[in-house]
Amino acid sequence: MTTLEPVIEIKDVVKFYGGNAPVLDGVSFRVFRGETKIIIGASGSGKSTILKLILGLDKPDEGQIFIQGEDITKLNEQELVRVRQKIGMVFQESALFDSLTVRENVAYRLHERGEDEEEIEAKVRQSLGFVGLEDAIEKFPSELSGGMKRRVAIARALIGQPEIMLYDEPTAGLDPITSRKINELIIALRDIHAVTGVFVTHRMRDAFTLATEYATNGDQQIHFHHENNFVCIANTRFLMFRDGKIVFEGPDEVLRRSEDEYIKRFLA
Amino acid sequence: MPLSPKAAVKEVQEFSYLVAKAFASVFRRPYYVRDILTQMDLIGVGSLSVIILTGFFTGAVLTLQTSKTLSTFGAVGLIGQLVALSLVRELGPVLASLMVAGRVGSGIASELGSMLVTEQINAMRALGTDPIKKLVVPRILATVAMLPVLTIVADSTGIIGGLTIAVFVLRISSNLYLSRAWDGLSYMDLFGGLLKPLVFGAIVSVVGCRCGLRTYGGTQGVGRSTTQAVVASSIMILVFNLILTRIILVYTR
Repeated sequence: MTTLEPVIEIKDVVKFYGGNAPVLDGVSFRVFRGETKIIIGASGSGKSTILKLILGLDKPDEGQIFIQGEDITKLNEQELVRVRQKIGMVFQESALFDSLTVRENVAYRLHERGEDEEEIEAKVRQSLGFVGLEDAIEKFPSELSGGMKRRVAIARALIGQPEIMLYDEPTAGLDPITSRKINELIIALRDIHAVTGVFVTHRMRDAFTLATEYATNGDQQIHFHHENNFVCIANTRFLMFRDGKIVFEGPDEVLRRSEDEYIKRFLA
Repeated sequence: MPLSPKAAVKEVQEFSYLVAKAFASVFRRPYYVRDILTQMDLIGVGSLSVIILTGFFTGAVLTLQTSKTLSTFGAVGLIGQLVALSLVRELGPVLASLMVAGRVGSGIASELGSMLVTEQINAMRALGTDPIKKLVVPRILATVAMLPVLTIVADSTGIIGGLTIAVFVLRISSNLYLSRAWDGLSYMDLFGGLLKPLVFGAIVSVVGCRCGLRTYGGTQGVGRSTTQAVVASSIMILVFNLILTRIILVYTR
């Protein structure tokens, strides 16, 4: 695969969940290496569904989904396990395993692969260190706040060093400070680790943070900067869904200047 | 809410698919031995107290009730045989299974249902695990393995319950009670009495898993699934008990 080939390619995807109206109606887009695609839209517009299809948790009724050039719509559950190793997903409500500690939750993927215990411990600590939650390693999810759960979920998704990260409203219901922390983690993954991402949200403040800020690595510390007058430094593009269709695709600058009535109302 | 014929056929199809997939998964790696042992502990050891109490009081009441009838024929001495046969052939397997359906089947449905509505099952799949292998197979194997053991416990404590009443209320010697109980049982009775909980164990666990994995509608849906699991598995236990009893009687004549 060359660097110009998309990491994720969605081609004419249609998905029904009962009823006559499709949840996704002929959706097509591509995400390139190191890019973060922000999917915005009202509730029920098909945003979360597209993430489930990319991960192979569900299959489209029509169309194709390519992950690094491989059509995953033809794969069975066993074959999908190999594809899912490349993808990390942060679920809307964290979806941490209640009966497992933070350590066991984060280490889950590595335990399943049967990796060495010492290596697992080191990787778990590294991943929890990235989200700033090393101290919570022995705790159970019920002992964590909403924001901490999301950060553990990010650490769990990151543990296998996936090339693709999917975020399903990771800041929903969180206070601005915690949301900011999570956004910074996502920006750092995009800019420092070149992780390709799809970020689903309806919180425009978070979406614009991702689209206008970028991270640099210096003095053994990650620094965050605003684009200011420079445009399109942050490797992020917007997709707007409406009733299962894409009604906008482009950078934040174009989105803000859009004359479309629906987009204007959404951004207001 | 009554099921439409189409929905009923789909449900049977989904149920059969789950059974087939779980059966195929038993023989494929990875084997979650630790999960199986944990479930055996939760299901088997965790149900011991309720099974002991159920067995003991059932045996005691059975002795009290039947002693009156037997005494009219002057046959109270046969009470040990009657209690042992009733418990080993019917009451032990059925009551133990019904109690496990209430305790374990509901637990399985609510646990899997909660995991489903909070997207933990999807998270598991996203992390490369087959939920059927990780969650369903250990629960089925553990229930099928532990229910015969619990039935033996229910049978034994039932006979002890009957013995307690026989000795202290009916004033029958313990030797007579126990020797009648022992002589009254054949190996075929024991075989039939242990075959039933194997089938019932599969019913309780598969119905619990299926109800849990078809949960929809948030926490309210979890409650609904739990109730459905207990009701459906209890009825299936009673229906299959009739079928199995008929088969066992035909082949042990």
